[in-house]
Formats: sequence, C-alpha cells, structure tokens
Amino acid sequence: MRTAGFASIHRPFGALALIAALCTSLSAGAAAPVRAAGDLGAPRGAPIHAVLTSPPHVPTPTNRTYPAKVIVDLEVVEKVMPISEGVNYTFWTFGGTVPGSFIRVRQGDTVEFHLKNHPDSKMPHNIDLHGVTGPGGGAASSFTAPGHESQFTFKALNEGIYVYHCATAPVGMHVANGMYGLILVEPPEGMPKVDHEYYVMQGDFYTTGKYREKGSQPFDMEKAIDEKPTYVLFNGAEGALTGDNALAANVGETVRLYVGNGGPNLVSSFHVIGAIFDQVRYEGGSNVQTNVQTTLIPAGGAAIVKFTAKVPGSYVLVDHSIFRAFNKGALAIMKVNGGEDKAIYSGKELDSVYLGDRAGANLAAVSKAAASAASGTLSLDEQVRAGQALFAGTCSVCHQADGKGLPGVFPPLAQSDFLADLNRVMGVVLHGLNGAVTVNGQQYNSVMPPMTQLTDDEIANILTYVLNSFGNPGGRVSKDDVKKQRAVAPAAATASTH
Amino acid sequence: MTRWATLAIAALCCVSANASEYVSLPGGRFESVLPQGPVPTVSTPVDVKPFRMRNVPVTLAEFESFVNAHPQWRRGSAPALYADARYLLDWSTPTAAGASRLPASPVINVSWFAAAAYCESEDARLPTWIEWEYAAAADESRTDARSDPAWRRRILAWYERPSAAQLDAVGSAPNAYGISDLHGLVWEWVDDFNALFIAGDSRTQGDPDLLKFCGSGALNIIDRDSYAVLMRIALLSSLNGADTTGTLGFRCVKPG
Repeated sequence: MRTAGFASIHRPFGALALIAALCTSLSAGAAAPVRAAGDLGAPRGAPIHAVLTSPPHVPTPTNRTYPAKVIVDLEVVEKVMPISEGVNYTFWTFGGTVPGSFIRVRQGDTVEFHLKNHPDSKMPHNIDLHGVTGPGGGAASSFTAPGHESQFTFKALNEGIYVYHCATAPVGMHVANGMYGLILVEPPEGMPKVDHEYYVMQGDFYTTGKYREKGSQPFDMEKAIDEKPTYVLFNGAEGALTGDNALAANVGETVRLYVGNGGPNLVSSFHVIGAIFDQVRYEGGSNVQTNVQTTLIPAGGAAIVKFTAKVPGSYVLVDHSIFRAFNKGALAIMKVNGGEDKAIYSGKELDSVYLGDRAGANLAAVSKAAASAASGTLSLDEQVRAGQALFAGTCSVCHQADGKGLPGVFPPLAQSDFLADLNRVMGVVLHGLNGAVTVNGQQYNSVMPPMTQLTDDEIANILTYVLNSFGNPGGRVSKDDVKKQRAVAPAAATASTH
Repeated sequence: MTRWATLAIAALCCVSANASEYVSLPGGRFESVLPQGPVPTVSTPVDVKPFRMRNVPVTLAEFESFVNAHPQWRRGSAPALYADARYLLDWSTPTAAGASRLPASPVINVSWFAAAAYCESEDARLPTWIEWEYAAAADESRTDARSDPAWRRRILAWYERPSAAQLDAVGSAPNAYGISDLHGLVWEWVDDFNALFIAGDSRTQGDPDLLKFCGSGALNIIDRDSYAVLMRIALLSSLNGADTTGTLGFRCVKPG
C-alpha cells in the first residue's frame, strides 16, 4: 500500500540510488531474455477464478495442459471459534478457517492474488506465500489495512506444496492466531491420480488458561515466546478431524495427504498410527522417500504423503512427539471402511493376563519360604504359597492361572499325565523343551525356554505348588531333588539347551 | 429549520463534550521502541517538549459538530483524495451518526486528512508518534509502565478481542498524566504515521517495507517485547492518508 515514494521524501539520494540499481538489473535482464525454469510461457485462455476449499478438503485437479491466468480471492477474517469443547479463541484466519483456504494452481500459471481484509478486522494483514519467487513472498505487496484489498501477481515457477502465512509484525502472533495455509503448485502433468486427497495442517497455540480450561481464552504472548504451547492441533481445533469429522477412505483406496505445519514454533513428527507411508515428498520437495513411518515437517514447511488403506479401522494421525498428541490435542482420525484381510492383520488372537517375569504381588511368601528353607523348617504350606506366587509370575502366562494351558498351544499342568515323571518335569523347567510332546493324549509342538532365572529353591516350590493344586494328586519336590536334576545333562533330543 | 437542527446538534455536542479538555504533559527524556539514533539496535533517548493533549479521543458528537460547521468534510463532499469510500460510512446521514450510536463514543472511519483538519479547527494538530507513545507509556499510577508484563497483557487483551459492535463512550480511567483511552478503545492517527518504518540505519534506509516482512520487525525494534506498541505501529504503517477503518479514531495536541 505504501510505496517507496514515502521514503524518497526523506532520503532522496537513497531512493535514487535504489532506482538506479533497479534500472541496471532490469536492463541487464532485458539484454538476455532467458525464460526462468518453470516459466511455461504467457498465460493462455480466459482468466480462471481459483476454487478455494476449506480444510480438510482439497480442490479438484486443474486438469489443464496450458499455463493460465488464475485469479485468487482470499479474505482475512478475525473471528471467535472454539479451539476445544467449551473453549473459545479469537482466531485470525485466511478465508474463515484454520488452516486457511487451500489454493491449487498449476506450474507456470500467472496468479493474480487479491487479499481482502474484512472491514471488521482490527489488524492489518498480509500474505507471504512460500511458493512465490520475489521479496517477502508477496508480503510487501499485500500489506492491507482493515476494510481494504491488495492485489499482486506472481508466476508459479516451482511445483510443490507450499505454506503461506501472514507476515505482518509481530509475525509470530499472527501465525499463532492461525494465519497459515497451503498452496499446491501442480506439476505440468498434474499429480498422479489417487482416490482421496485431504488437507491437514498442524499448529501450536498459546492460551493464558490451561489446556481445556473453559471459557474465552486470550493469546498468551509469554508462553509463545517461551515456546510452551497450550495446544498442538491439527486443523485448528480439538475434534476438527475426529468423531464425525474424521477423514474417510475405503479399503484398497489410495490416500494422499497434504500435510503442512504452520508452527509458529514446533516441528512436527508426523505419523499415522498403523499405516506406513508408501511415498513421502518430504519437505514438499521433489524427492520421494518410500516406506516411511514418521516424517518430519518443519514449521513453515509441508509434505505430501501417500498410503493405501489396506485394513479397515481407525487410523490415528499424531505428532509423534507424543505428549502433544495425548496432552495437547495433536490427534486426528482416518476411518477406513471395508472388509477385513486377516492375512495382513489378524485382529486379536489372544487375550490373557500377563504379570511380568516376577510379578511383585506376593513375593513375601517367596522370601518367607527361602528363610524357612535356610533354617531347615520349610513346611509344605510355605512351599505351596511361595510356589503359587512364583507360578503366577512365571508360568501362568502360558500354562494359565488355572493350570489348564491352551488346547493345542500350551500343554495343561492340571491333572496332567506328564507330571508322573517328576525328574522329566524338573528337566523341562531347568533346560527347556523344544519339539513335540504328548500330554493327556494331545500332541503339542512348541517351545518352552529354560527357566535359568529360577533357583533350585524356587523350582522346588513351584513344582510342589503344581502337585498340590488344580486337582493334582499332591506330592513334594525338594531343593535337593532339583539340584540333582540340574547336574544331569539335558535329556535326549527333545530338550533344548537354549 | 435546518439551521435550528444544526444548532440543536451543536448544543448536544457541547454537553457531551464537556469531558474533553487539553491536559499538560511535562515532556522530558523518552526512549521510544523505534530507534531514534544512527544504530537501530541501540536505544537513543529523545527529548519530548512539553505539550498539551486532549484527555479523550474526539467523539462522534464533536465530529458531527465539525462537519456541520465544515460542509466540505461531510461524507460525499470530502474529495476521494482525502477520504476513502468508507469515510463516515457508519453514519446514518452525512451530518449525523444516528440514534443507534453513543454520541460520546469515539469517531471512527475518519481519514488522516479529516482528522488533521478537525484538529486545525480547534487550533491544534495531530500528535507525533513520539508524543503519542510518550503519553501512552503511562498507566494509572506510573508515567512509564512499559516494562510491566501486566501492562502489556492488558493492552494485548484488547487486540485479541474482535471488534465490538458498539464502541464504549470515551473517558475510561485516566493515566498518570490524566489522559484516557490511549489503549483499549480505538487506534489513533498520528501526524507522522507514514514515517514510522524508516530507520536511521543506512543499511535500511530507502526500504520502508522492511517491517512488513516475516521476522524483520526484530531488526528495527529496540524492545522486542513491546508487542503492544509494535502492533499499533504495524496498523498505522498499513495506512494511507485517505484510508479509514472501523477501529481508528484520533485526538489532538497543542503546544505546551
């Protein structure tokens, strides 16, 4: 809006020097008219009004084979919107949404940009498009007072996905209030066809109140300077992309996400839980990385990620700087509908209690038994109690708490004919078992690792517990019995050393 | 008949304009957030001469009185070069803001030229940026409260609120100088609004666009935490003399 003319009033010599410098560079350019890379020539056909979309939607492909003049109308609106359930925030927006409207043009297009600042705005605003070649990315030419409109034109020389944002001082506050979005510059041949395209953009937000503190929450400049956000969000609000607002695809469909990061401060470790990106154009550049789990998206940067929905279910989009996902809101959902494919993913096959190697529950019984054993007063009852605690921690995971095992997978200890040969049982516990065995008439063929972590004492107590539980006939195994078996070499081919 | 109506409005204006008076400010050494010396990163205090400032912004009633006395400044009469298409567009007629408006609320949608003409009509002028900043550095008890984070937060809170449908009447609690409404009600024109971005640094002279770029604000602002003031500078620097906005008013000053 203001021009260098104002400066020349005060500094005529400086301005003259600047003009002289400009003239020199212009005439040099005129002498050798070389077309810049990406300049596909003068615009052809009638001017086209770009169709802008609100997130998470992406405009349809341009489907054009020639460079055109494209007119973009973007309105800046300052408005109150929910940032979380019951929490309101004054956002400054491009097009009334956070992130701002998605702009799609084709490489070589001449873009006539109209930035309109709503009359009710308090602030002046401008736009810096990272896809623009020129000083400030258009910022200097688009500085717009409330109730005014600015126009500038640029040629989209480089293809790719680019962030745009407001660059009015203080730029951090304008960005923190939601003033960013994405512009896609398609390559001349267009983007490869996919079934779905979505627009997701992360941003960090700073409110004076705590996370989810209800009411109207003002911007907190100190937290912003300290880079300690209250919220880290996809598409400007908690719930913007969850529940009924979740992104959707069907099994077998390809999905392309244009993922931006407005910042102002944080870098995103973008990840989709349960999906692997087949392709990532990281940093929005031309290189394609394949088979990516998590891609880093810098503040003021973007990426294009592509994956195929292969298995139905809810896929969670997160910033894998994971406290942001669970404590600051950086969560979105992609719902994939369709038939199961058990060959790729089985769903849950087993649900059992796992207490860890030595569940802390009742180790008192174990130490009591150890003390009694040392003093030579160990009773059968003490042995059983200690064995029960150890069994729960070590054995029940496979053989189950009731000793019945899992048919065909883990053999039973309850009323098991295998217990008839106690020496063999001790050998299995000490040295492991690998290969086929028959228990109660059923064949089992799997692996039991050697329980090298258990002492002779502990094995004696566990086996005594087993013999006196689950409807077994009773009996007792002593520490010395185990000690003898430990000295015996592992029996035959079925015993595994490791 | 018209004449009587005009008089009636003028009478109304004088009743509601009672609060408005010029208050003396002592002047003295003052550090602006904008560099005033040769090195943009080093603060160079300047001497502010004593001056008198309107204790409240010019109100709707006062400006109605002005356009009645000066028909050339009515909406539709003021040349487009001096007042854009939005000039006083919020008024119900070219001479009256209308019954739905508070006569004691600040006039808005006025151009710099119109504001300057108003001040001239009462033998005054628009304040310079330094004068305005000097007066506005005060809070209720201190003449320079700028280093207090609470002072900054209060100012930022107004920036954060969307524009109110109806502006409040002027005359909030006065600051230590006895001046009201420097923050929290409207932006205000200053005389040298269009020179705010020109730094004394030879590296930056001739580039008035500097502050419009991402991050460049940090190059030219001495106190980088002064967002409260910086944003006002940003607003003023986005304007041309004929521009008007719905949150921009003015007040006048006289020599001390």
